[in-house]
Amino acid sequence: MSRDLLAKKRNFHWDSVFKITATCAGAFVLLIIVLIFGQLMSDSWLIWEKEGLEFVTGDRWNPVEGREAFGALPYIAGTLVTSLIALCIAVPLSIGIAMFLSEIAPTRIREPISFIVELLAAVPSIIYGLWGLFTFRIIFKDWFESPMHDALGEHIFLFRDAPFGLDILTASVVLAIMIIPTISAVSREILLAVPAIQREAAYMLGATKWEVFRMSVLPYAKSGLIGASILGLGRAVGETMAVTMLIGNAVGPKAFPLGFFQQGNSLASIIANEFNEASPVSMYFPALIGLGLILLFVSLGINVCAHLIIRRVTNAHEGGIKGF
Amino acid sequence: MEMNALDVLNAMKKGEKSPTKTNEPEKNIPNDMASDSKYKVLIEDLAVAYNGKKAIKNINMKIPDKAVTALIGPSGCGKTTLLRTINRMHDLTKGAEVSGKIIIDGENVYDASINPILQRRKIGMVFQKPNPFPTMSIWDNVAAGLKLNGVKDKNILNEIIEDSLKMAYLWEEVKDELKKPAVALSGGQQQRLCIARALAIQPEVLLMDEPASALDPIASQKIEQTIIELKKHYTIIIVTHNMQQALRVSDRTGFMYLGDLVEYDKTEKIFKNPEKELTANYVQGRFG
Repeated sequence: MSRDLLAKKRNFHWDSVFKITATCAGAFVLLIIVLIFGQLMSDSWLIWEKEGLEFVTGDRWNPVEGREAFGALPYIAGTLVTSLIALCIAVPLSIGIAMFLSEIAPTRIREPISFIVELLAAVPSIIYGLWGLFTFRIIFKDWFESPMHDALGEHIFLFRDAPFGLDILTASVVLAIMIIPTISAVSREILLAVPAIQREAAYMLGATKWEVFRMSVLPYAKSGLIGASILGLGRAVGETMAVTMLIGNAVGPKAFPLGFFQQGNSLASIIANEFNEASPVSMYFPALIGLGLILLFVSLGINVCAHLIIRRVTNAHEGGIKGF
Repeated sequence: MEMNALDVLNAMKKGEKSPTKTNEPEKNIPNDMASDSKYKVLIEDLAVAYNGKKAIKNINMKIPDKAVTALIGPSGCGKTTLLRTINRMHDLTKGAEVSGKIIIDGENVYDASINPILQRRKIGMVFQKPNPFPTMSIWDNVAAGLKLNGVKDKNILNEIIEDSLKMAYLWEEVKDELKKPAVALSGGQQQRLCIARALAIQPEVLLMDEPASALDPIASQKIEQTIIELKKHYTIIIVTHNMQQALRVSDRTGFMYLGDLVEYDKTEKIFKNPEKELTANYVQGRFG
């Protein structure tokens, strides 16, 4: 074969095509976020003009024309509180599931259970919402909320309100159930990604399975597991349907979450609930869009915090699985 | 000072049987080795299969005490598999089946009464790639095995850690920065840290799986020096791809091929005057 033949076959067109396509795809992400931000900004402009920062810090909510007042604070708090309670319930359980799947489960049941976990992540939230509304809240009220209220209601303000079933805690627990599949599926992948040689280092020293997990796997996977939890938190913050059906949908100052059994509301829920009633020419519509803008910032803030936490955890000691 | 540390370690070992000599008849061992009476590890009819596929077949070997035994052979010949049977690492590999006996100080490692977790404590292992615990400091890495086995006293820990790091020839380089993360060390230092970590639990046998293969020549020279020093106190079994290394550090060499132990003899004999042609071809670099 002559050398000329080889040289002539080269064609560099595809390299430029590859570069341009990939760059366009990358730019698309940026374009989307800018468009969303711009649209939310322009549609909510009126409410920022009228209320200013008080829209964020206020707690009154009155859409009646002439007596209008809009404050987002109870819903921001509702979103954060329900998401954080959900996270506190879901993280230990999810890491437990991931531990079982990666460390303990025999191969034969590992695959089916992993499949079921991923299947649960794909169940639409309306299904969780319906189940929560018709089944779970009744059982939960009778078996957990009422006994807790009877026992602790007079002593601890968090248990003060008479349980009704549609409240902050019910919404949080169902949220937790909804984010468990996400967190455990990602956590499982992260635990499985810990190199065998790390485990063997601990086994070699005479460690039991638990000790191997504690001294070798967990520190190595820590930042990845935080990442998995943040992924769940992100899902919880934006979750709309199931929360709307379960949180009680209070408005105004009484929606500010001060107890587990209190009717609350979240940013996503109030938008979903009241959108139909909002006239585009009143202040009501810009107020709801403004809530959407705040929700975007809350999500953004959580992501930034997550990255900072992960960077701090990984910087302290290099190595380990970084980020998500 | 020295006694304190040793007392604790002896206490750690309490409850384990004291070493007993075995009076097994010499078999499959060349004549010139039969005279050497002190064997630490006896491997008898050992075979390992992964999911039914044989990786090593019917291996018999007597490994002398306080000496370095090297396992050489082309990739996939089963030398790492053989090494990992000795501390029952294959218990962790799915589909691995082990048959035969490995007798250390008169006790069959694969006996039903042996707890593999306690067994591994008695056998140190150094891996191909340095694998310090990345989130731990140098001090914590060496302390890890001791803490796991119940040593809590800070003074005793400090003593054993110093001893172990000295034995691994790392002490001088790290004595002022024991609190630094282990991963801040260079690759060669990390590997010596891993040796120190293995030595800290006072193993009876030290297994090394190509301990210098991921290191540059200077770092691997240091590891070799460490190995030569360590054999005064330990029975060392080392898997290596590097025949020069086997020649430099080992007293005995076993040549493995396709799961068989083709020849096992004094290192000098294996390299200068092997019995089998296959061995001769391999050590002269004609294949592998």
